[in-house]
Amino acid sequence: MLELKNISFGVEDDGQEKEIIRDVSLTLPDNKLIVVTGPNGGGKSTLARIIAGIETPSSGQILLDGEDITHLSITERAKKGIGFAFQQPVRFKGLQVLDLIRLAAGKHLTVMDACSYLSKVGLCARDYINREVNSSLSGGELKRIEIATVLAKAPSLAIFDEPEAGIDLWSFQNLIEVFQRLREHIKDSSILIISHQERILNIADEIIVLRDGQLVRRGSRDEILPELIGTSAAIPACRVAEESEAM
Amino acid sequence: MVQFGNIQIDEIQMRLLKEVADLHSVPEGAFNIRSNGKSAARFSTANIEIEPKEGASGIDVHIKPGTKNESVHIPVVMTQSGLTELVYNDFHIGEGADVTIVAGCGIDNCGPKDSEHDGIHRFYVGKGAKVRYVEKHYGSGTGSGKRILNPGTEVYMEEDSTMEMEMVQIKGVDDTDRTTTADLAAGAKLVVRERLMTHDKQRAISTYVVNLNGAGATADVVSRSVARDDSYQKFDAKIIGNAPCSGHTECDSIIMDNGRILAVPGLEANDVDAALVHEAAIGKIAGDQIIKLMTLGLTEQEAEEQIINGFLK
Ligand SMILES: Nc1ncnc2c1ncn2[C@@H]1O[C@H](COP(=O)(O)OP(=O)(O)O)[C@@H](O)[C@H]1O
Ligand SMILES: [Mg+2]
Repeated sequence: MLELKNISFGVEDDGQEKEIIRDVSLTLPDNKLIVVTGPNGGGKSTLARIIAGIETPSSGQILLDGEDITHLSITERAKKGIGFAFQQPVRFKGLQVLDLIRLAAGKHLTVMDACSYLSKVGLCARDYINREVNSSLSGGELKRIEIATVLAKAPSLAIFDEPEAGIDLWSFQNLIEVFQRLREHIKDSSILIISHQERILNIADEIIVLRDGQLVRRGSRDEILPELIGTSAAIPACRVAEESEAM
Repeated sequence: MVQFGNIQIDEIQMRLLKEVADLHSVPEGAFNIRSNGKSAARFSTANIEIEPKEGASGIDVHIKPGTKNESVHIPVVMTQSGLTELVYNDFHIGEGADVTIVAGCGIDNCGPKDSEHDGIHRFYVGKGAKVRYVEKHYGSGTGSGKRILNPGTEVYMEEDSTMEMEMVQIKGVDDTDRTTTADLAAGAKLVVRERLMTHDKQRAISTYVVNLNGAGATADVVSRSVARDDSYQKFDAKIIGNAPCSGHTECDSIIMDNGRILAVPGLEANDVDAALVHEAAIGKIAGDQIIKLMTLGLTEQEAEEQIINGFLK
């Protein structure tokens, strides 16, 4: 279980203090799938980065299973079971997909085991396992490899930042199955997904709406989703197809 | 001492041979193993003849025209502190041959005096011949004496020949000044892949002068390097297009700590149909690469090691 207590985060912007996260408190219980949504620029990615330890909050406290992790490093949090799939995955010259998946798993996986993670995200493993994670990969391919690294890490708290972005031909249904399987396979795990997609909101146990750095709504899916339909916080799946075609 | 084919070598030499030529036992094909200033073992095949030079240190390697899928290993190992040598190795590669040449030099210096190996390699690549050349440099030993390597490589390529050169120096060489020159006739193709890492107070200079003299000649010279600690590197690659040809050089480098790198692009077009490109990028490891690996549970240092290992792979 993860608890955020009165988390605030600000940055210097043009000599002015800019508040990006304002006094956010929330609890992510075990065995729950929570979707964070809200307008662009609302602070969703920043909140995820604070949980992963990439940003340090200016005030507030973060507890993981009751332990204060506010001042732990990214590495220490990763070792305690936090996994994070970036909104914009990083490219590495020279490192191969296989290397990255092995590093994620934290042990020497066989090629076959590593391939199984790629298959789960709908990539033909044979074609990708030896590819370099460099600019020769498309955005969508990179995004799926990013998700595969988090699956290989098997974290007890998995955070996915807009996992559907750039995922074109691969059906949405597969992505949703990935999250459902992850839930089943890791005991007492919780999953936090940042997304605008209605079909992802649809599998949430709870939905959180973040706007202007503030938590403005939180509740069960049945409670929150009807309010969001038709707003940019819940884009129906058919729009996704149009967007990806345009890309 | 360990048995290596029909000669005996010590454990350190054995380790050096593994590092520089991936040799665990006597290689297949022709070979010449040079150990502490002397030829320790030599073997010629029906198609590849290795003979010692007269009046100078080194060997002449004659590869018969049409020789296919054969290899020559010519590793050099030095374990005596204070040894300095200048060696000339000439390769005469016959028309249409297709061969792999594995060179490499390993120096272990445990003493106070400098050890130095200067190897001058000349390649005469016949018409249509294909050569894959692999050269690894490696240094070890805790002595205060330096490990110095100054290779000079000259490549003369006849029409439609191909030469792929892989040059690797990852660890332990204190000082290196490498000069590679190549002259390409029509249709010849040169590919160079250099991988270099310097650390501590090491210094590495790598100079290329490639002359594209015939129509359709192509050269692709790419260096990937990492300079860490207080080390210094200079990459100076010049391509000269004297005919309708194409040439590309690239220097892609990571600097760490107080490492310094100077990349000197040099292109000279003496023909209106010469297409020459130079690319160079120097910078530290991208912060988000380190962060990503840290979110997978690596420490910052482990993340850096992985990124560099991958970059130099
Ligand atoms: N390091 C930073 N410096 C300045 N502004 C930032 C920084 N990080 C985020 N922001 C700003 O904070 C706001 C929230 O960003 P983000 O968390 O990426 O939102 P979301 O993921 O909800 O779209 C944006 O206006 C963004 O430009
Ligand atoms: Mg975002």
